[in-house]
Parts: sequence; structure tokens; C-alpha cells
Amino acid sequence: MTYTIKGSTGQWEVVVGLEVHAQVISQAKLFSGAATAFGAEPNSQVSFVDAAFPGMLPVVNAECVAQAVRTGLGLNAQIHRVSRFDRKNYFYADLPSGYQISQFEHPIVGTGEIEVELADGSTKVIGITRLHLEQDAGKSIHDQHPTKTLIDLNRCGVALMEIVSEPDIRSPEEAGAYVRKLRSILRYLGTCDGNMEEGSMRADVNVSVRKHGEPYRTRCEVKNVNSIRFVMQAVEAEATRQVEVWESGGTVMQETRLFDSGRGITRAMRSKEDAHDYRYFPDPDLLPLVLDEDWIAALKASLPELPDAKRARFIQSYGLSPYDAAVLVAEKATADFYETVATGRDPKIAANWITGDFFAAMNRLGRTIDNPPVTAAALGGLLDLMADSTINGRIAKDVFEAMVETGKDAATIVDEKGLRQVTDTGAIDEAVARILTANPDKVAEYRSGKDKLFGFFVGQTMKALAGKGNPALINETLKQLLSAPKE
Amino acid sequence: MSLDHATVRRIASLARIRLEDHEVEPLCHELNGILGWIEQLNEVDITGIAPLTGAANMAASLRADVVTDGGYPDKVLANAPERIGDFYVVPKVVE
Repeated sequence: MTYTIKGSTGQWEVVVGLEVHAQVISQAKLFSGAATAFGAEPNSQVSFVDAAFPGMLPVVNAECVAQAVRTGLGLNAQIHRVSRFDRKNYFYADLPSGYQISQFEHPIVGTGEIEVELADGSTKVIGITRLHLEQDAGKSIHDQHPTKTLIDLNRCGVALMEIVSEPDIRSPEEAGAYVRKLRSILRYLGTCDGNMEEGSMRADVNVSVRKHGEPYRTRCEVKNVNSIRFVMQAVEAEATRQVEVWESGGTVMQETRLFDSGRGITRAMRSKEDAHDYRYFPDPDLLPLVLDEDWIAALKASLPELPDAKRARFIQSYGLSPYDAAVLVAEKATADFYETVATGRDPKIAANWITGDFFAAMNRLGRTIDNPPVTAAALGGLLDLMADSTINGRIAKDVFEAMVETGKDAATIVDEKGLRQVTDTGAIDEAVARILTANPDKVAEYRSGKDKLFGFFVGQTMKALAGKGNPALINETLKQLLSAPKE
Repeated sequence: MSLDHATVRRIASLARIRLEDHEVEPLCHELNGILGWIEQLNEVDITGIAPLTGAANMAASLRADVVTDGGYPDKVLANAPERIGDFYVVPKVVE
């Protein structure tokens, strides 16, 4: 049950904490009026503040503060009425000021927690240590010139939220579930787009190992992991490495490492002996950030329904299983799609169709919920035809595939292909009679107690009706005729 | 508290300031003078007094989330020692 790494000296427990950097959704940067849009011409979204020209002063963007507060509320965290910005000093070519403005001693958001769902159906609460606001750095491009690095400062000064978890995570699966849940919350809130491929969300993974019951041992930080799958692989690779170090008589040194996804291992970054001496101090250019209680309350009142609440509501009011509900609420767009289909229809049938045939078609065709293979209205139309007995469930699957292929609605396809269900009892009686006459031996076996043959008769009758028979009527007729001539 | 030569060299290196050997001793002396003065401040009893981060006892004023700046790469790059197109160019830095 508990995840462990088996070494030569026994089982090792894995201890993981995550620092997630999430780019804040805003029009302008954290401390300047330059734009944040992705993919602009180099250095076209840079103000003199971002380029650290002498004498330029930062002014805090209110929306970035609001986004951090919304996120804190979404993480059930304490919102600090007073916070402060500090300078984190280091030298790098894409950081023109020589310091990053961050929040060290007094972050805007304090302790919180999120609940993650695991594959075995259990849930686990992961603590949040803090969330603070800071600036992103510019972008260094190393592959355009043999001896030079090109610098684009468009990203320099864009607001980031650094979200730090407690070391509560104990397996690769929990690490993956944590990042997935955090991303889901951020996307519901609209505070970060959660796009790990474009780098708007990235994780630093802190890993250590220990024997059961021991205090924490030394940890290593695996930097800048950019997908959920890599987060999970990095936990396993780094924990395995540390077990080998300890068991071979060595000592794990606290250091920063990189995950090599190609080889599935972590490796040490070139040692930067001074890297951890950031000489933080309060930024004298910025006054303390003081939040108004009413303003926080207004933000809280305007929060959307979050995944956990939505999941509880889906279980409660639609009677869904916790698993189906969790699948449907992971993305807000999927939850909205589901509710459109389910409204006024059988909610469980709607859930089965969406998590079954609909998801299968979407994955097969490489589509997304924003560009679905059939619209929610069209899928609803199909379910209506089943509900009013126009078609049966088996034919509905064929109609669904035809809808995906042609884009036509269900009623049109049913009419064009003549798939209307046979509910004419005369036609069903006739088909059943024909099947029974054609199989006298099977009828005799059934009557002498071989009940399982009932399925055979249903299948044969359905076949005779080209799959369009009403299953309930067929069952009823068969039962009646098979039991008719009692000895 | 007083600084030794090794610490002074390390501080200089963190601040990316080149220090010639003959400059270490005078700088060490000056920094120790400053630290000595700060130590005098430590003699003041500040029990129960909240730290002051600025002389103005007020909160930061905030800016609306509107794009009002940028769009002038030529001005931003005006002092760049080297450029290619609208990129700054620096000696290669690769981890």
C-alpha cells in the first residue's frame, strides 16, 4: 500500500515537497505597464522598469495581487493582510537589475491545504506552506550563435506565484496527483493557464529518503520539471539514486539537480558555490502591501465553484460515483459539457456516454473538450432518441460513430439509415416465432432447464430485426412464448 | 563582529566587484568601521517596537492592470553593448 523503494538494506520511504511556479494571468506585468502576451517580437514588451534603467521605480499591479489572493482562497489558505517585497540578489544575464523582487519573510499567502484523489479511490490532504508573488526573469537563447547568448526581456517582470507545499508527499503518484489538482484549481480560478509545455507552470521537486520512523534526511532539489509525467519520474529517479548513495556508505549532499528526461535520471548542476547566498533584504522601492478586509471578502464572494465543491455537487445531485464525478470536474470545460448534456436527461446515462464513447472518440481523433467531436447539444439529442425508445442502446453506438464522422445530428442519421427501433409487437412476435421454429432443439434444451440459452434467443431475434428491435419487448415476447406450452 | 580577509573577498565576489590584493586590507578596515557603528545601534532597547520598513507610514499604492508601456525595443536596447536584431547579445552562458 505505502510506496517504498526497496534497497539492499530494506524498504525506504520517499519524502517529497514541491515548489510550483505559476505564471499569473494579467494584462500587464507585476511592476510595470508592459504587456505579458506570449510570443511577441523580442524586447517589444519591455518597459524601462523591466530593463532596470537607473531611477525607474516599480508600482504594484492590483490585478496580480488579486490573482494571488484568489489563488490563496482557492487553496483554503490564510491571506496575510500585510505582506512585503524583498530583493533576492543574484547575477544572470536575463535579470538586468541583478535582483529578483520576491517575497521572502512576509508572503501574501500563508498555510493552506488541498485534497488530492488517488487511483485506489482514497484521498489525501497535502499541506501548502505558503504562496508568494515574484517577478519572472527574461529568456536566454543559447542555440542561435556559437559563442553568444541572445536575451529577450519580454518575460522579465511578468508576475509569478510560487506555491510551496509541505513535505507531505510520499510517492510519485501523490506528486502527480498534487500537481494535477493544483493545476485544475488554478485553471478554475482563472489565475494561471496551467500550460506546462509553454512553461507557464513549472515545478521544483524536493526529494529525500528515510527509513520508516526516522526524521528527515538531507534533500536534493530537482529544478524546472515541466510536465506531470516528468515530476513523477523525477521523484522515482532521484529517490532511487539517494537510496544507492546511502546504501553504498555515502552521504547525500544538499544540492540542485536537473532531470534528464531522455535518460530518466537526475544529474548535478554545475556547482554554484554561492548560489544560495541571495542576501535578501526588503526592497526600499516598495511600501508594504496592505490589503483591505472588504476587498478580500469581495474577491471571495466572486470565486467560481471549485473542483471539490463541484465534485460533491455532482455526486449529491446527479448520483454519480466519486470516480466519475472526479473525472468530469477535472477540467471546467468538461464539467460544463456534462451539465449541458445531463440537464433534463438521465444524469448517469449522460456520464456513462461522456466518460465512455465520447472520451474514446475525442482521444482517438486527438480533439479536446474545447473542440469536441460532437457538441453537447448533439450528444443530448442522441440520448433523447434512446430515452423515447426511437433507438436502442446498441444502435445508439453506431449512430454516435456516424455523428462523429459526418457531423450530422442523431435524428437525421436515424432517418437516413432507417435505424428506428422496431416497437411493432406484430413484427417482434413474428421474428421470435421464426427463431423458435428454426431451433427446436435449443427450445427443448431451454425448457428442460438450460436458462442460459435465453441470451442466444435474444441475440438471434435482434439479428433478425437488424439490431433495431426494442430489447424490452423482445425479452417479454421470448419469455412468454418459451414458457407457453407447458408439458 | 569583525570581518576577516576571506569574508571580504567573498562579499566582493558575490557583488561581482573585482578586488586587487592591496585593496583587501583597507576595505576590511572600512567595513569593520561601518559594522562597529551598526553595533552601537544594537545597544538601543527596541523591545516591543515593530520593525519599520520605510519612513513613510503608508501602504503601497496599486496600479490598474492596463498595458501602458513597452513597444520601444530601440530605446530599451540603446545602451546594449551588442545586439542581433532586437535581442541583447552577451557572452555565452550555458549551464
